[in-house]
Amino acid sequence: MQHSVSIKDLSLSFGAVNVLENLDLDIGDGEFLVLLGSSGCGKSTLLNCIAGLLEPTGGQIFIKNRNVTWEEPKDRGIGMVFQSYALYPQMTVEKNLSFGLKVARMPRAEIDKRVSRAAEILQIGPLLKRKPSELSGGQRQRVAIGRALVRDVDVFLFDEPLSNLDAKLRSELRVEIKRLHQSLKNTMIYVTHDQIEALTLADRIAIMKSGVIQQLADPNTIYNAPRNMFVAGFIGSPSMNFLRGEIVERQGRPVFFTNGVDFALAGYAASEALQPGRKVVLGIRPEHVTVDGEGDESHQATVDIEEPMGADNLLWLKHAGHTLAVRVGGARRFSPGTAVRLCFDMRLASLFDAETEERI
Amino acid sequence: MPDIAALKAGPAVAAKAEPWGAKPRRVLSGRNIMLYGTLLVAALYYLLPLYVMIVTSLKGMPEIRLGNIFSPPLEITLEPWAKAWANACTGLNCDGLSRGFWNSVRITVPSTVLSILIASVNGYALANWTFRGADVFFTILIVGAFIPYQVMLYPIVIVLREVGIYGTLTGLVVVHTIFGMPILTLLFRNYFSALPEELFKAARIDGAGFWQIYFRIMLPMSLPIFVVAMILQITGIWNDFLFGVVFTRPEYYPMTVQLNNIVNSVQGVKEYNVNMAATLLTGAVPLIVYFVSGRLFVRGIAAGAVKG
Repeated sequence: MQHSVSIKDLSLSFGAVNVLENLDLDIGDGEFLVLLGSSGCGKSTLLNCIAGLLEPTGGQIFIKNRNVTWEEPKDRGIGMVFQSYALYPQMTVEKNLSFGLKVARMPRAEIDKRVSRAAEILQIGPLLKRKPSELSGGQRQRVAIGRALVRDVDVFLFDEPLSNLDAKLRSELRVEIKRLHQSLKNTMIYVTHDQIEALTLADRIAIMKSGVIQQLADPNTIYNAPRNMFVAGFIGSPSMNFLRGEIVERQGRPVFFTNGVDFALAGYAASEALQPGRKVVLGIRPEHVTVDGEGDESHQATVDIEEPMGADNLLWLKHAGHTLAVRVGGARRFSPGTAVRLCFDMRLASLFDAETEERI
Repeated sequence: MPDIAALKAGPAVAAKAEPWGAKPRRVLSGRNIMLYGTLLVAALYYLLPLYVMIVTSLKGMPEIRLGNIFSPPLEITLEPWAKAWANACTGLNCDGLSRGFWNSVRITVPSTVLSILIASVNGYALANWTFRGADVFFTILIVGAFIPYQVMLYPIVIVLREVGIYGTLTGLVVVHTIFGMPILTLLFRNYFSALPEELFKAARIDGAGFWQIYFRIMLPMSLPIFVVAMILQITGIWNDFLFGVVFTRPEYYPMTVQLNNIVNSVQGVKEYNVNMAATLLTGAVPLIVYFVSGRLFVRGIAAGAVKG
């Protein structure tokens, strides 16, 4: 596979603090990669290293198979969009778009051509003569994307571009960024802490924690087969239910056992043998539990709290000494104290080793 | 006494027995009397000396000898002002304050321009282009601001003498520029640090270099802090007495030194009106600078969140 961006053994430390440690990452041509993690996990730092705004302590960065580790940001063939838009406040939209091209001493005609093309793609033509202060948040972010667009680069870097916008605008611009990627087919690296943005936009998601990539996979795999408990707990809202217990054998088959209740593991594809006596954690998402299905007698639960959310209804249940979050259809209402029967879809559940917290 | 607020608010409010809308406030409440009374007294306290100076400078000597220093002039005369400007004597020469005024202009203008230019580039480099040893450099610069001037006077005299500019206006300009450096660099560094870092990053990705970012991105955004620095330097250098008297010769004395010599000259009659006029003339420049740019000054202080 042709790699657009390759990161090899990258490390960065500020004094004694290691922000990134021996990080390797290959990003394919035209791929949309999302770096996802909570604040301080090193995702923005990694993006700044790729952009050339931060100097790594060790390792290499390749863009289009060219070693750019020592190159200036402008020579790397990248464009960047920032969270705060970072538009030059004293310049009009047009000047903002053309500033970089003027610095590069590009001929006037070529500058005009590129600016009008970017304005057309982003539909900001009528705004060209305005100052950034006269624009709304969504318009400003469009101009910021345009500034990356006119540079005609191979790789787009987005640093939490939608975090300053309100919820409605955010979902609108999210769709636009996806549309932009589909028509331009550039490589895009996108940093966010918003899992919805990550799941909706990404070809692949890299989930980071303390400067280390926890899992790099497509959104479906990340969601349904998280590699460890951190990834499992980070993705999904409300987050996955975790039940601590152990593996026991019943009639020659391994089952999950916790607080006197058995959970049959039929349908679960374990990657290794489930030895009886092994301490494990069962993870199951709220939407993978059905209420009042053909559940077996043993899974009796009582409704503790009900949270109606419009499209669906979130139940907090007491089951075998655990509190479980379960998602049901918005039309189904339960009053607190109701006894219900549960059915667990083990094909979509996850088992983790209790000590290593890795997926089994 | 009837409730003034209620009367002012009109019958609509007065008719309503129940609280409705904005709560009516009494204009002559005890709190307001205290507040505005204190403000008034404080304002009078500071304005009175100015008033006495202006009034005295417009009187003739016979009227001053009557001793009514607060009474307005019976006969307004501008002669003391003219004399202070053109004929007042300091020691041997009698050409008034005008010589000192032009000396001060020739000291203040280049010192202000030079120190602001250098300090703004310093502050920009320290805030945005962190280089090895930047913190040490900055610390040394700031520590420099706390060393008393008196300690440095004699060493500077020797340095200026060795360089060959002791006693000249150039020497004094150099001294003012150097001594303005710590506080101005601090001022500019803090202001540039407060600007969003992403702007600087965006400009770097656009390919702009050190000077391009400074002139085309940073400068246009920093007018308020330049005004603050200008006011600090103009008033500071214009009001300077110590450096003016130590590092120059009498023909280059700045206005403040000359004012002192006029007021303290012991020959003949003490001409209070001339002294007052001379003092007002000397103080006019900082006063005008404040009035013209006061609003920008406040805005710059608030924007940079630094003390002036």
